[in-house]
Amino acid sequence: MIDVSKETALQLLRVMYAIRAFELRMQAIFRQRTEAGESVGALHSCEGQEAVAAGVGACLRKDDYQFSTHRGHGHAIAKGLDLKRMAAEMLGKATGCSRGRGGSMHLFDFKIGLMGGNGIVGGGMPLALGAGYSARYRGSDQVTVCYFGEGAASQGAAHESINMAAVLTLPIIYVCENNLYAATTHASRNCPVENVAARATGYGIPGEVVDGNDVLAVHRAASKAVARARQGRGPTLLEAKTYRHRPHCMVIPEHRPEKEREAWQGRDPIRRFEAQLRRENVAAQDELDRLAADAERELAEAVAFAEQSPDPDPQTVCQWVWAD
Amino acid sequence: MARLKMVRAMCEAFEEELDRDPAVCLFGEDVGEFGGVFSTSARLQKRFGARRVFDTPLSEGAIIGMAVGAAMTGLRPIAEIMYLDFITVGIDPLVNQAAKLRYMSGGQAKLPLVIFTQCGAGTSEAAQHSQCLEAWFAHVPGLKVVMPATVADAKGLLKASIRDDNPVLYIWHKLLYDLKEDVPDGEFVVPLGKATIRRTGTDLTLVATSLMVHRAAAAAEALAGEIDIELIDLRTIVPWDIETVLGSVRKTGRLLVVHEANAQFGVGAEIVRRVTEEAFSCLRCAPLVHGGAAVPMPFAHVLEIAVVPQQETIMAAARRMVSAAGAAALPSRRPAKVGGGG
Repeated sequence: MIDVSKETALQLLRVMYAIRAFELRMQAIFRQRTEAGESVGALHSCEGQEAVAAGVGACLRKDDYQFSTHRGHGHAIAKGLDLKRMAAEMLGKATGCSRGRGGSMHLFDFKIGLMGGNGIVGGGMPLALGAGYSARYRGSDQVTVCYFGEGAASQGAAHESINMAAVLTLPIIYVCENNLYAATTHASRNCPVENVAARATGYGIPGEVVDGNDVLAVHRAASKAVARARQGRGPTLLEAKTYRHRPHCMVIPEHRPEKEREAWQGRDPIRRFEAQLRRENVAAQDELDRLAADAERELAEAVAFAEQSPDPDPQTVCQWVWAD
Repeated sequence: MARLKMVRAMCEAFEEELDRDPAVCLFGEDVGEFGGVFSTSARLQKRFGARRVFDTPLSEGAIIGMAVGAAMTGLRPIAEIMYLDFITVGIDPLVNQAAKLRYMSGGQAKLPLVIFTQCGAGTSEAAQHSQCLEAWFAHVPGLKVVMPATVADAKGLLKASIRDDNPVLYIWHKLLYDLKEDVPDGEFVVPLGKATIRRTGTDLTLVATSLMVHRAAAAAEALAGEIDIELIDLRTIVPWDIETVLGSVRKTGRLLVVHEANAQFGVGAEIVRRVTEEAFSCLRCAPLVHGGAAVPMPFAHVLEIAVVPQQETIMAAARRMVSAAGAAALPSRRPAKVGGGG
């Protein structure tokens, strides 16, 4: 049942539309440029995982901190990153949100608490401790969200970080986006138990598994975890079960079982939520169409801005290594 | 002037900076209630409270990572890592995160953090508690590396490190734990990137770091009358004070670098590279790096001594450089000949 206001529901959908549109367009650009022999880096698409970013992002304030992963486009959009500067960064332009120094995996905007993605699997997890500590130190009720994948759950950094967050009662929500595959390795070969969230017991903190393709379920669980952190009651480990539609970084071929693929395709988070909105008479198809068209228009503007933006000046290549 | 032990001087630096700037905080293993296993944070938790000075779990990666995240969000954290060797356990947050976040974010991130740690052999702690790994970190753009040799510098450089807006790896040497020297009263800050000439001389420039400054000074005194050594204490590895070194080498024509770390791909190699590139014509003989032996640090004290440069081995290195054979080995590098060529 839709247990949020129409406004919130449509906002969740809007964010998911924006992410999906962005991902599809970037895939097209990536393919095009790869075929043209251009240097394009790696594209880690989060197509299929939109509900996690949208559901969690909707619980955050602008001044809350967010640490993301190598697959963080959706997280950045949900946190409110300007699409123009984001698209420009994807294309390595001077106008990009990281001025062409970061690219797809390193989207930053400190003004909205976007503390970057990370090229190191699990790399953001210990950093989140500092943001959480810092907020409490300043007497602020800001919370920190830190995304990681089920692959990162096997990193030492995951254990060290969640353990320390629990020991120090830090206001952090660790969100495990379990998309079933770490590069090409199935989750069952990464984790000996079914749920990463079960590990929360070992840290003495709440752990919750949610359907990561149900945006409202994610939103409910995240609201609870965020409220808990904001009240100074410490960290939560959330695990959102979801499914990545595309290969790890587009280019590595993956052979997923056909049955698995079919089962998950029937659970596409956007199609599911659209159906639910119609079924429960929250919005009619034409309203959804308008939202989808809006997302496409905004994206087209962003890509045009990116394409027309200048490359970074090679003379400035050494800028921003050091703070003066 | 107050006569202080090095650990006390560093503790004073922490205390003064915690006092001066409310953004400064200090954490690590045994740092809080116990006051640090080397007493470098003695009584600081009592004075500043557990909010600012506290113990963490035994997790080097999480400790350093927490410092990075705290620095990104406006604090000025100091994270203690008990032994430099242990940084290897938590190297990602330092090398992949702290050093690169400002750059990768297009200048948005500022990372005013200090990793405070100690290094070196001499106490029979064997290969995993004795390393000098400064060259590893000096190689990474975005990290500053500081190695004090004197008590006054230990305090002044630490204060400068805390005030710096970049990630600083501050490494003191465990054999200097008991060193007692005068420290100027009041506000005393030693700027990063400035070497100091500990002894003036005309025959040979000896650049040393950390503990080796003391051994080199003893060697220079013992050689007085035979070889007139100019001793430079580098103090900061990154950025290092090339001007002071070049100025000295232009005068003496000879460069000897002494550090405890083995010489392979090390700090000495970099100093020699730059001096050779910039002042080749001034060199009267081939520069020399006298570092530790390239072996894991052994446990037995006699073996430890065999690995690390000692006063006698430094003297031998200096003698080799000024001997006729040493000078004759590279006759074409004499300035007169280069100057007279064409």
